[in-house]
Amino acid sequence: MSRNKDTMARRIFSIYLPLSALMLFLLFPFYWTFITSIKPESELYGSVVTYWPQHATFASYIKLFGEFNFLKSMTNSFVVAASSTVVSLLVSMLAAYAFSRYRFKGRKLLMIIFLTNNMFPTVLLLIPLYTIMRSLSILYTPLALVLAYTTFTIPFSVWLLNGYMNDLPQSLEEAALIDGANRFYAFIKIVLPVLVPCLIATGVYIFMTAWNEYTFAVMFTNESNRTIPVALKNLIGQLGVQWDLLTAGGIITIIPVCVMFFFAQRRLVEGLTAGAEKG
Amino acid sequence: MRSRKINITPYFLVAPAFLIMLGVVFVPVAKAILMSFQNYDLRRPNSLKFIGIGNFIEIFHDPLFWDAFVRTLLWVGFGVGLQFLFGFILALILNQKFSGRGIVRAVSLIPWCTPGVLIGLMWRWIYDGNYGVLNDILIRLHIIDEKVPFLAQTNTAFPSVIATIVWQGIPFFALMILAGLQGVSQEMYEAADVDGASRFQKLFKITVPSIKNTIFITLLLRIIWVANSVDLIMNMTEGGPAYSTQTLSIYIFNKANVLNMGYAAAISLILTLMLSLAAVPYLRKRFKEEKV
Repeated sequence: MSRNKDTMARRIFSIYLPLSALMLFLLFPFYWTFITSIKPESELYGSVVTYWPQHATFASYIKLFGEFNFLKSMTNSFVVAASSTVVSLLVSMLAAYAFSRYRFKGRKLLMIIFLTNNMFPTVLLLIPLYTIMRSLSILYTPLALVLAYTTFTIPFSVWLLNGYMNDLPQSLEEAALIDGANRFYAFIKIVLPVLVPCLIATGVYIFMTAWNEYTFAVMFTNESNRTIPVALKNLIGQLGVQWDLLTAGGIITIIPVCVMFFFAQRRLVEGLTAGAEKG
Repeated sequence: MRSRKINITPYFLVAPAFLIMLGVVFVPVAKAILMSFQNYDLRRPNSLKFIGIGNFIEIFHDPLFWDAFVRTLLWVGFGVGLQFLFGFILALILNQKFSGRGIVRAVSLIPWCTPGVLIGLMWRWIYDGNYGVLNDILIRLHIIDEKVPFLAQTNTAFPSVIATIVWQGIPFFALMILAGLQGVSQEMYEAADVDGASRFQKLFKITVPSIKNTIFITLLLRIIWVANSVDLIMNMTEGGPAYSTQTLSIYIFNKANVLNMGYAAAISLILTLMLSLAAVPYLRKRFKEEKV
């Protein structure tokens, strides 16, 4: 009995107390964002800070989709994020397969090139890409953003998918190859089905980064095709800072990606740490 | 080696990704290098000419650059360091069995999938000097007597933005380290228990050495992301007040915004060189493992 008590006290100090403190820190900002979004203006800028709205209202959400046409920004973001996902996944999958299953001249150099691409600061590419896209007159089109996003989605996806594929045993395809199937057939029929969950996890990550990206988006879009992050930022400055609209937009923005991410995160972490602890 | 003949298939497979990278990364990087040797100022497009290492000499004498340089080291050092510390603690907790662990794990992820812009703006509202909830909480707890304009004072702005990047990075560290922890064999802990090892001995003699590669990869990725991050500070303070939150990325972005492209390109090359130093040990490791 006393032993039980001891472990209970111990669990409180080693699990529940630090956990509650960390969770409060991590989650309170979201609670506050939501509360702000359903407060009427009088309460937002009142002399007393209320922790639960006295008169909850969804007016800011209605205004966001009415007056501010937030759906347009959501559509823009979706088009850019979905296109980035498809393009990046397709080309990265092929490259990762080559790096994982073939040994060829220049392989090492090419891999270094792909892996170090992760290092380039966004701001380094931002400036020349801006002038290049302006001269190609694709600035302010969704294509400009999709291309800009491949600068980090492709290297990252090649790295992830290469990790997943290295974990798949060679013998998987070899049996099919011995039976006379060609490599393409072996890839489609045998490797691809095993790889689907990894492709989904990588795809979700690409979608999420594109959906959330701000630095390229603020330079490469204009009024008609601006994405969510830019639209949120633009809620500042038109009529002062409209915190109720801004927080409502924020809540709407994070829900879809959080749901997707929740299902993909476990495998994503597996990919990121693939092969890390071998040897 | 499958055959002695040169097999062109892998080149075909790599080609699409390579060609895109060529267009969106290598050509722009080459252009950035070229721009860094020019007085590439879009406000004066007609006086464009090569000025050799003129930009780099100017940078060397630019107090704002050195200021931002030191601030970047602090930003990465404190930002990533504290993310790592709290992420590690969260991972150690999540690695134990308790009811509701699945839900806790799921909701603790949310900061990871929140856009940087929104994080910046959310926290800007929390830190607000007039209506901010942080001021209200601290006053109610009698920690401060009057409201503090956290992001508007030079001495509080930088710690405030660091606290925000720490908040953003905890989930990533926690999940990565948790994945590492779950791969550590239980037998080693049992053996240590038999030898009467303390909790801290087990942590530093078994846990940390067993997951050192995971820690290494996670730190590397985060250092690069945090050093390059623009959206968070840009939406909280834009580098102010009085440049007190201006890191190199923000300085570059601000220079590019006023269209002084040559100068901005030169600074971004310096930042890239700094970050590639971090990449060298990683690449070495990755290829060493392959030979085994």
